[in-house]
Amino acid sequence: MSENERYFGEYGGMFVPETLMGSLTALEETYDKYKDEKDFLEQKEYYLREYAGRETPLYFAKRMTELLGGGKVYLKREDLNHTGSHKLNNVIGQMLIAQRMGKTRIIAETGAGQHGVATATIAALFDLPCTVYMGEQDTQRQALNVFRMELLGAKVVSVHTGTKTLKDATSEAIRDWAANFEDTYYVIGSVVGPSPYPRMVRDFQSVIGIETKRQIAEKEARMPDYLIACVGGGSNAMGLFYPFIGEENVKMIGVEAGGKGTDTPHHAAAIGKGSPGVLHGMKSYFLQDEFGQILPVHSISAGLDYPGIGPEHASLFESGRVRFESVTDDEAVEAFEFLSKTEGIMPALESAHAVAYACKMIPKTRKNDIIVINVSGRGDKDVYSVAKHMGVSIND
Amino acid sequence: MTRIGRRFAELKERKEKALVPFFFAGDPDIDATYELVLELEKAGADIVELGIPYTDPLADGPVNQAAAARALKNDITLTDILDMVKRLRKVTQVPIAFLLYFNCVLQYGVERFLQGCEKCGVDGLVIPDLPYEERLRYTEIFARHDVDMIPLVTPVSGERIEKIVAGSSGFIYCVTSTGTTGVRSDFDTDFDRFMSEVAAHTDTPRVLGFGISTTAQVSKLKGYGEGVIVGSAIVKRMEAQTDAIVMIEDVAQFVRQLKAAQR
Repeated sequence: MSENERYFGEYGGMFVPETLMGSLTALEETYDKYKDEKDFLEQKEYYLREYAGRETPLYFAKRMTELLGGGKVYLKREDLNHTGSHKLNNVIGQMLIAQRMGKTRIIAETGAGQHGVATATIAALFDLPCTVYMGEQDTQRQALNVFRMELLGAKVVSVHTGTKTLKDATSEAIRDWAANFEDTYYVIGSVVGPSPYPRMVRDFQSVIGIETKRQIAEKEARMPDYLIACVGGGSNAMGLFYPFIGEENVKMIGVEAGGKGTDTPHHAAAIGKGSPGVLHGMKSYFLQDEFGQILPVHSISAGLDYPGIGPEHASLFESGRVRFESVTDDEAVEAFEFLSKTEGIMPALESAHAVAYACKMIPKTRKNDIIVINVSGRGDKDVYSVAKHMGVSIND
Repeated sequence: MTRIGRRFAELKERKEKALVPFFFAGDPDIDATYELVLELEKAGADIVELGIPYTDPLADGPVNQAAAARALKNDITLTDILDMVKRLRKVTQVPIAFLLYFNCVLQYGVERFLQGCEKCGVDGLVIPDLPYEERLRYTEIFARHDVDMIPLVTPVSGERIEKIVAGSSGFIYCVTSTGTTGVRSDFDTDFDRFMSEVAAHTDTPRVLGFGISTTAQVSKLKGYGEGVIVGSAIVKRMEAQTDAIVMIEDVAQFVRQLKAAQR
């Protein structure tokens, strides 16, 4: 493996303890051996089609288009994937790799719980024991997903260290992996971590962009003008963007979590307000102080509540290929309501960030522009958080 | 050659092994760290390894994570710790190594940090999240400074060992077992095989660390390599004492026992 393939420009790499280097290079070898192999691809296709329910629709949002008064809005409906988000696309791929490596135990980190649920689901399907690390704060705001994982047979470990969110859950999963790498496979849920994870997760999520490209060609006989997706670690955005990177006229926008405003300390805009650093095995952009201590971050959406971003996004930001914006908690909640009421689609709070930015941008676009928004997940899990944010009590 | 290299030469002459206590700088505060380094030298520490507190210590178990968090509560910074070492150098020549995560180095500036180490008297660096593949990018900068880059090898490093230890100085940090730092009751590593594997590729002294916590373990492992690091067991003792003077005496007493077990 050449060093170039472990880096995206200046970003990426394998900044992990020596204990894990053997496991990572073994994963790298296995992935490269199977990623284009016929049996592997057929098996992956089979589960994506028969089990996850792909392909997901590219839905023309007529009412939203009319209300916003700009270009034509299409929604990529990843919320209709089994388990309710794009996360399953990646987990299916990684579990087939884990199987080929002969691993008998599965671990994962999770923020909102969507990746945890997806991992617990496939672990149940493949009859493998599964442990999911989740920050204590997230186990509280996403209690429903904790119970879902437990119903699926997974063990959920609440992480009490640090900021008690996704960052700390990721660290704890890496520690478990370092202790148990011989039998354990670590399913990372986003385009983050040491190489080869960012490119592997990107490849598995690229099905989103590949389908979108085909679907928009069928519906409009041309490429879209804008792609909009939310970014925490950035897997749903990377999955949508990647197949379009060579299409120079397609503008891509990643929407970060602006929390209570990027002029306050309470946000998670790693690109907007962060700087290059190293954490969780990768060189990328992080929110940190001048001594490299990672700053506490905030987002109403547990899935975006992470101080970093995937290294390929960092590279695409610096090259100017992808533009990064942010929206606040308030704007995301407003978009959550807006999409629910105009299209009858309740997006995940993560995805609501993409919708919120789209709502701001679209009125300024031309009528014949085509905008694709990635609805990366469904919002059922967020109903409590939204109610709380709106000051509504729904406890029975 | 740094103080670390010279210390190993002296120890070899005296047919002794190195005892390397580890704890976090700034736990519970920087003055306690200053005193503790001096007391541990008197108690028999041959090299002192100081952890630089970090918000996200990936390679560390719960005991060290808690200690780092305690130190960070006091807003301790890398600059404060370098300044403390500079003050220590007026009164002691005990070799000092830092254990720190790469982001701390990167944000301080790799060149600026190495200059700071030389100027203040830090002899070596252990960077647990900088495997040799990534270290290679900084080879030239590291080579320009008289600071030992102390590489880590593990019982599962296998054929990687040769590349890891190439061009090393100071010592080789030989990780006793997989997983994170923390007290272990027993090791299932074949130390004969592991330590001779390392020796086959380098003359740099080999020091065992991770989980070594009792005098019995130190005594049992004294035949392997050129020294041992005792970390979490010390950090745990520090956590248990609220009074700094009592804490320093307790840790010094423990280090005296460890050193005796090594002889």
